[in-house]
Amino acid sequence: MKKRISFTLNGSRVFVTVDSHQCLLDVLRGPLRLTGTKEGCGEGECGACTVIVDDLAVNSCLYPAFEVEGKSVMTIEGLTGPKNKLDIIQEAFVTNGAIQCGFCTPGMILSTKALLDSNPEPSDEEIRDALSGNLCRCTGYVQIIEAVKQVAGRHKNKL
Amino acid sequence: MKDFCYIGKNAPRPDGPDKAAGKAHYIHDLQRPGMLYGKIKFSAYPHARIKHIDTSKAERLPGVRAVITANNTPEIRFGLLRDNLALKKEKVRQYRDEVAAVAAIDPDIATEATELIKVEYEPLKGVFSPHEAMKEGAPLVHETDPQGRPRTHNFLPLKFHHESGDLQAGKRAAKYVAEGDFSTQLVQQCCMGTAGCIAEFDMNNNLTIWAKTQIPFLAQRDFNRALSDMGLKDKNTRVIVPTLGGGFGTGLDTHAYEYIAILLAYQTGQPVKIVYTRKEEFTNLSPRQSSHTRIIQGCDQNGKLTFREVQVLQDNGAYTSWGATYPSVMMMPATSLYRVANVFFDAKLVYTNNTYCQAMRGYGNPEHTWALESNMDELAENAGMDPFEFRMLNSNQPDETTPMGLKISTCGLKECLETVAEKLDWKNKHKKGKNRGVGMASLIHVGGGGRIYRSDASGLILKLDDFGNVNVYHGGVEMGQGLHSVLTQAVAESLGVRPEKVFINPTDTGTCPWDVGTHASRGAFMACNTAILAANKLRSQIFELAEELFPIEVEKNLKNHLKKNPGYNPPEFDLEKAAQRERFELQDGYIFIKDGPREPRLRLDLGRLLRAAHFRQQGQMLTTEVFYDPPNELPDFEKGYGNISSTYAFGTQGAEVEVDTETGEVRILRMVAAHDVGKVLNPLGLKGQIYGALAQGIGYALYEELQSEKGKIQNPDFRDYKIPRTHEINFPIHLEFIETNDRFGPFGAKGVAEPGLVPTAPAIANAIYDAVGIRIRDLPITPEKVLEALQKLRKD
Repeated sequence: MKKRISFTLNGSRVFVTVDSHQCLLDVLRGPLRLTGTKEGCGEGECGACTVIVDDLAVNSCLYPAFEVEGKSVMTIEGLTGPKNKLDIIQEAFVTNGAIQCGFCTPGMILSTKALLDSNPEPSDEEIRDALSGNLCRCTGYVQIIEAVKQVAGRHKNKL
Repeated sequence: MKDFCYIGKNAPRPDGPDKAAGKAHYIHDLQRPGMLYGKIKFSAYPHARIKHIDTSKAERLPGVRAVITANNTPEIRFGLLRDNLALKKEKVRQYRDEVAAVAAIDPDIATEATELIKVEYEPLKGVFSPHEAMKEGAPLVHETDPQGRPRTHNFLPLKFHHESGDLQAGKRAAKYVAEGDFSTQLVQQCCMGTAGCIAEFDMNNNLTIWAKTQIPFLAQRDFNRALSDMGLKDKNTRVIVPTLGGGFGTGLDTHAYEYIAILLAYQTGQPVKIVYTRKEEFTNLSPRQSSHTRIIQGCDQNGKLTFREVQVLQDNGAYTSWGATYPSVMMMPATSLYRVANVFFDAKLVYTNNTYCQAMRGYGNPEHTWALESNMDELAENAGMDPFEFRMLNSNQPDETTPMGLKISTCGLKECLETVAEKLDWKNKHKKGKNRGVGMASLIHVGGGGRIYRSDASGLILKLDDFGNVNVYHGGVEMGQGLHSVLTQAVAESLGVRPEKVFINPTDTGTCPWDVGTHASRGAFMACNTAILAANKLRSQIFELAEELFPIEVEKNLKNHLKKNPGYNPPEFDLEKAAQRERFELQDGYIFIKDGPREPRLRLDLGRLLRAAHFRQQGQMLTTEVFYDPPNELPDFEKGYGNISSTYAFGTQGAEVEVDTETGEVRILRMVAAHDVGKVLNPLGLKGQIYGALAQGIGYALYEELQSEKGKIQNPDFRDYKIPRTHEINFPIHLEFIETNDRFGPFGAKGVAEPGLVPTAPAIANAIYDAVGIRIRDLPITPEKVLEALQKLRKD
């Protein structure tokens, strides 16, 4: 069954026809051509496909596309400002060595964004909790946690 | 010591911003016009004869463009021993064997079509452990060798053997002996970006393939051979490496899925993309081999090692990849970690009907160091010595040649051991805690290339443009490890330009000079050494141009400046006379006279010089190429002798753990890693390499295991195959880098990509022994094994 849905994507209203079995990830990477969101497992286990739907970090590979009707979705493309301006979270990931192969990075950054938006000064344990669904095979997480901690205070001022 | 402008300072990744913005393009993101999607039909049995394949229904499915099997395509043989076929004929030998493949206009149709292919099998008895496979009369995985000669057993025709000194004399001299059988499990590399490729032919039948590879040039050779097998003689392959979602050894071989994409692309005349799902990655991509090691070591009454005897048995699986040469690396710690004179090493590899294995970070070294360093602790205990003191006593030292003929140049092993002992508070913690313990383990690894192929070389091209930009073409592969960061630093440092002016071009066999591949921790070592050579060559070319053009251009500068600033008083300086090549210096992109006045108008922008050289009669532009083959040797592995690397990396890791005797759970309280890296090139990237490797080492030690039941992978997802998450790395990790400034290393540096996971498992196991007195000998150290061992300990 096909259905035409509309939602807010990175601040703009979009219309797209989706199949009933399609997940948000396939719609983002397919018809909407936003390949910044990655598919690492397709089963909600790795977090590479994390996007933010109405302020919550979700696995877009498990999220039925139908259900974003009327909602607001942010992908990694939406976090980057005009003229290639990186958000301070993205910047902190770059300068702290939190990125290696980079495949987990968009999801990791959006999980961080959702965390800091709701909890601007998280403890180490809260950071680990918020990122526990995002797998990274390269970094051992140490520099990722450092990046999140570094940005935490500054993110608060920006809010 | 020379002061460096960029080396030794934090260098964020050049591709960092793109990756952070989701703009880096992995194979999953690439599209080609008219591209089709390929899907493979895998075997339903671990060992069976293929009786019949019916593809008719699949062919009729709308949207399907090609269905191929071994029956309608040319035979393509590949693999280290050429014992593997792109599409299997007559027989399947493992569950993941490729029996057919489809190209269709979308991935769903391709998947549906593979399900419509019906294959009739006659199941055969299989062999699922190397012990089983070695028995007389065991079913043969391969009845013939690739040349068609009959085979009578399942052993691989690969020999790895070493004997030095006098083993029996070493045994007689030993007062204390320790022996043990150790084993390691199958583990998966778990790249976050799964494997895949796009194959495309042009109308001249030359192939372009976007491949997730670490060996673009050896892959080119393999693919050209396949083209020849397909009847496309003298046709060429261009291998382009997109952004890689991790490598960890998965890219050291060419794979059946790549040959299948090539066959489908040729058949359809359209580009074909094959990308593995996560499940396919777990079940159909080769993991790290499992291994069985029997080790006996002895020492005299003073604790000096007198002999080491090692026998290794490897489950190779059904086909042979480069990973089958793991014992070539195992031989290195076996003969050369700690000073030991009388050594016996022998490794056997056996075909089974299990998934065939390939390279993974460390390449045999974690497997072997697991046995060796666990056994070192056992021997220390038998000799009544402190394991730290015991290691110090037997430590390698600079400028020594080991029984295998490894020429150790610099060696920071003692410093690494001391650092770990100090940071772990060894004196106060070893043998002190109740259910808490400390342990350590060390490593030796190739640090200056690793010659397992006849060439260990690498080339590099520096191309200057009119703007003073430096375009770099290098065949090494950036897979996340940070190669392009250090290469940028090395070019900027040794040429004398700012890092922002250095542009590393994508790895492409059509544009980059040859490189054997990015493996053996050789990336930074090779890239930076080639960068230094190329920069030196380019500097002399620049200074040669400057002899003629520098005085003219600087004169123009001065005149212009005088026009605008009539009061300007130019310095008294004879430009013509000073303009000699040996008097020039290039720094931050400016050329100036080394011993001349420090005056901004007396220096010349590099771009300006290059434009002056370009835009004149018989103008010229500068491009430089170098090719560097490191001073190491291809060992004779049957004799076990040869200096495989030009320098060696050392390191020691320490763990403090707490064991829950009720649940068997091991909690890591602290890790310390001290590594002899020669010289720190980029602290940011170096830390990332060690942290990341350490996390992989912890997974290897405590929980990662690809479970195989009669050849079938039982846990092909991240639910059941556990890799470390943020919660697992919740303890302090202390890193220390020992700088030994190696004479062969670029700026003194040694390779460091693999060492970080080599000694992690035995360090943890030794800490567990210190905590509760149990010795686990098979990885991973699960709570069940700990509980079982504790119960046994209580009974005894």
